[in-house]
Amino acid sequence: MTSADTSAPTTPTRYSPLHQAHVDAGASFTDFAGWQMPVRYSSDLAEHHAVRTAAGIFDLSHMAEIVVAGPDAGAFLDYALAGKLSAIELLQAKYSLILNEAGGIIDDIVVYRTNENEYLVVANAGNRFQAFEALSARSARFDVSVVDQSDDVALIAVQGPNSRAILEATEGLEVDGELSALKYYRALGGTYRDGTVLIARTGYTGEDGFELYVDVPDAAALWDALVVAGKAHGLVPAGLASRDTLRLEAGMPLYGHELNTSTYPAQAGLGRVVSLAKDTDFIGRAASEEGPSADARVLVGLVSAGKRAGRADYEIFPSADATEAAGVITSGALSPTLGFPIAMAYVAPALAQLGTEVFVDVRGSRIPATVTSLPFYKRQK
Amino acid sequence: MADKTELHYTAEHEWVLVDGDTATVGITAYAAEKLGDVVFVELPAVGSDVASGTVVGEIESTKSVGELFAPVNGTVSAINDAVVDSPELVNSDPFGEGWLIKVSFTELPSFLSYAEYSALVGE
Repeated sequence: MTSADTSAPTTPTRYSPLHQAHVDAGASFTDFAGWQMPVRYSSDLAEHHAVRTAAGIFDLSHMAEIVVAGPDAGAFLDYALAGKLSAIELLQAKYSLILNEAGGIIDDIVVYRTNENEYLVVANAGNRFQAFEALSARSARFDVSVVDQSDDVALIAVQGPNSRAILEATEGLEVDGELSALKYYRALGGTYRDGTVLIARTGYTGEDGFELYVDVPDAAALWDALVVAGKAHGLVPAGLASRDTLRLEAGMPLYGHELNTSTYPAQAGLGRVVSLAKDTDFIGRAASEEGPSADARVLVGLVSAGKRAGRADYEIFPSADATEAAGVITSGALSPTLGFPIAMAYVAPALAQLGTEVFVDVRGSRIPATVTSLPFYKRQK
Repeated sequence: MADKTELHYTAEHEWVLVDGDTATVGITAYAAEKLGDVVFVELPAVGSDVASGTVVGEIESTKSVGELFAPVNGTVSAINDAVVDSPELVNSDPFGEGWLIKVSFTELPSFLSYAEYSALVGE
């Protein structure tokens, strides 16, 4: 038996400040962008279901935190990013993109306005340096500082319907406001012990939940306090394997799968993230206005019957006997919540219509699949 | 559950229990752990001839796909229907209820011993 999962570390191995807690909890580890991160603690499926029905706690300390501060911070981000960040309110979050001049995606990010003239840019671990370098290079003519604080900041996510109750029960966590009144994509300041914490109602699972940005020295104690508070609420530690199936069900793109430097936001269904209504120039604007060519592949959802899932890099054909591929899967799995195979795929525009039947080449057999809208799963509010 | 130290092993992370002219085949706990939760198992048809070292089935987890290799030349005499219906048996009892196929053979190749396999996976 051999496994198709052959990820090999390419950079010196890094460990999360929460590494010992994961070892103690019996985690299996995987390399993710040079970091040894928990892939699962006991069971991917159990962790997935816990997040959908109770709560899960994730270590996301490998993600990158870049602080942009100065009088021009808003104007700078309007120029450096695809969205209009100057327009967001204090403690509001916004999903955005760092584009290259050709309109391709260098990274997808979440930006928080942490002060009048200060923003926190959260980038993918694998794009830490690309994101930082792009922002730094673009900052030259602005009165702004761009500082990579990734090594000083840990990130813990608590996701699932019981998340709020768990945060409210966490010993030592003080929030400057009411979590019950905190809206999606909004944040509150707070403290844990003597350190500051940013508590955001954001996530990557399709459930209600929170992400907590905490200084590295306080991170392990905060993790433990959350786990203790979560005991009565069904909280389990959850690894990257469940995070991947959760975000896939929620139709959320993953950089390196659905997004890359040669993909236009419009192809990925992210046209709305590119603010062409902005009255100022931004990197990638001209290319975005032109848009992808008419025959560029577009991102769709696919569902199929049975249990055999199409997976990343499997080709898509317009018919059972077609010889020329007209698409490719970028993420796919047997959906733990829905019980049938789901996938995100780039297909030729002619196949992108909802309801179109296509065929996935699953290791030599053509499995029929139907184009469907994203997300696959939407929580009941 | 079979005594792990008495089983034969392959470098493809399979175990083989030999009883007369029948080899019972499964994947090791190490392999099951590496795969994660197994959600789909495809096994060869009973009566089909298999050649040692060739792919005869698939074991899919939420994360990845593993291939089942025939460890011997022979004919598939039985498959584990229980594991087809409940693939999680591969995780919960890889050396027992999670067995995959039985192959009747005339000749055995050389296998790894428990000690050799343990050394291979570093455990």
